[in-house]
Amino acid sequence: METEFTGYRRENGRIGVRNHVAVLPTSVAASSVARGVADEAGTWARATPHQMGTTQPPEASAQTERVLAGVGRNPNVGAALVVEFGTEDVRADDVADRIARTGKPVETLSVRAVGGTRPALERGAATAEALNEAAAEARRETADASELVVGVECGGSDATSGIAANPAVGEACDRLVAAGGTASFSETPEFIGAEHVLAERCVDAETKERLLERVERREATADLMGVDLRGAQPSPGNQEGGLTTIEEKSLGAISKGGTTPVRGIVDYAEQLPVGGGLVLMDTPGYDVESVVGKVAGGAQVIVFTTGRGSTTGNPVAPVLKVTGNPRTWERMSANMDVNAGTVVEGEEAVEAVGERVFRSVLDAADGKRTAAETRRMEEFAITEVQPSELGEEVRRA
Amino acid sequence: MKGTLIDGVALVLHEDDTVATALEDLAAGRDVDGEGRMVTVADDVPFGHTFALDSLSSGETVRKYGEVIGRTTRDVAAGEWVHTHNIESTRGRGDVATEAER
Repeated sequence: METEFTGYRRENGRIGVRNHVAVLPTSVAASSVARGVADEAGTWARATPHQMGTTQPPEASAQTERVLAGVGRNPNVGAALVVEFGTEDVRADDVADRIARTGKPVETLSVRAVGGTRPALERGAATAEALNEAAAEARRETADASELVVGVECGGSDATSGIAANPAVGEACDRLVAAGGTASFSETPEFIGAEHVLAERCVDAETKERLLERVERREATADLMGVDLRGAQPSPGNQEGGLTTIEEKSLGAISKGGTTPVRGIVDYAEQLPVGGGLVLMDTPGYDVESVVGKVAGGAQVIVFTTGRGSTTGNPVAPVLKVTGNPRTWERMSANMDVNAGTVVEGEEAVEAVGERVFRSVLDAADGKRTAAETRRMEEFAITEVQPSELGEEVRRA
Repeated sequence: MKGTLIDGVALVLHEDDTVATALEDLAAGRDVDGEGRMVTVADDVPFGHTFALDSLSSGETVRKYGEVIGRTTRDVAAGEWVHTHNIESTRGRGDVATEAER
């Protein structure tokens, strides 16, 4: 089977499927300037405005820095501009240094240093323009599916997610893994009730132990925040869609990763291996933050299943929408890429839809814009390490 | 499709399952016949929701995907809508569930 596409070869050997200039603010105080610079520059510039404060506890700011550096390092980014207000714990120079190690062009901008927002916007636009010229020198070459890291996400689930969209995407993941690539799904709270199935699929005892420990920790964190995940899940929307218990939701959710062995589990925004098979990432269940974690981990393409309908995208990675609900396909077709509702209507087998999903991933990698990209859906959010989690870390230590 | 389609209107995902998923809005009184498991749907069952293939006593485990998805909170007759009003989670943690619960 043909599994090639044309991408952008980076200095560090990774292959990008887009050639964006990322404009990365280090805090909420720099977010408006970052957005302004990108809006002014052109569609090739993609900002990642977010809500993290200028001062965070050390663990939290380390995570913010890891996410920003990871997004900048993502091979879909041809060049990056890191913007700080100038009073942040996370310094633009530090983020820029981490990104520059990939060999790509990186610049920084400090709002305070250049004299406020207006000069920052002007300076930023000129810098972004120069970065885009540098990024345009990237070599385009043929690459193979084995170089793809594909993140898999679900949001707005209903009963069709578990019986049509997720198994179809799972088929596509199996094909990707067979072709030598990496597939990654996350949302640890949605392993609860199905973790025994995943645990049995882990390649070794260490991975299994790590997986179960992560599930336990997510559950404990929720307890600390006064939430019983078993009571809060499935959400009211999920229930309306037909999901009854957290086990039912999780069993449907994990099918989106396919059936291959679980080769590892990485932290939020930690680098995902290339050619790694199925690797899980420990993320929260909030889809925007979860997608960002995998993009920061190096995923070039995201496949996102939704039964009830979701329009979520990402600034630097194409997000493909797959729905298993024929009504959602009809109602929101402009936001959807792949119709898996044919499974529910008895017109197509899961395997056939899986093949279409895999083709769509390769098409997106080859440059075909997804519905979310066409509509410029570019949600971005970073998971904040909560004070209660920090407290728990202290107690564990 | 993975699983078995019954009467063109419902899906049984695994042979051990005790519930089927409605693939369209099913009206109460509708006979669903397939794979030798004939049930009359007892309630209106919305698209995507499940109904019992067998009668289940209170506290009995409910299976979908071949796995336990919860247990009944009261007696459920074959054909009844199975949802949050008559089923609850048995285990947030599958790995700590007892063998009997699996």
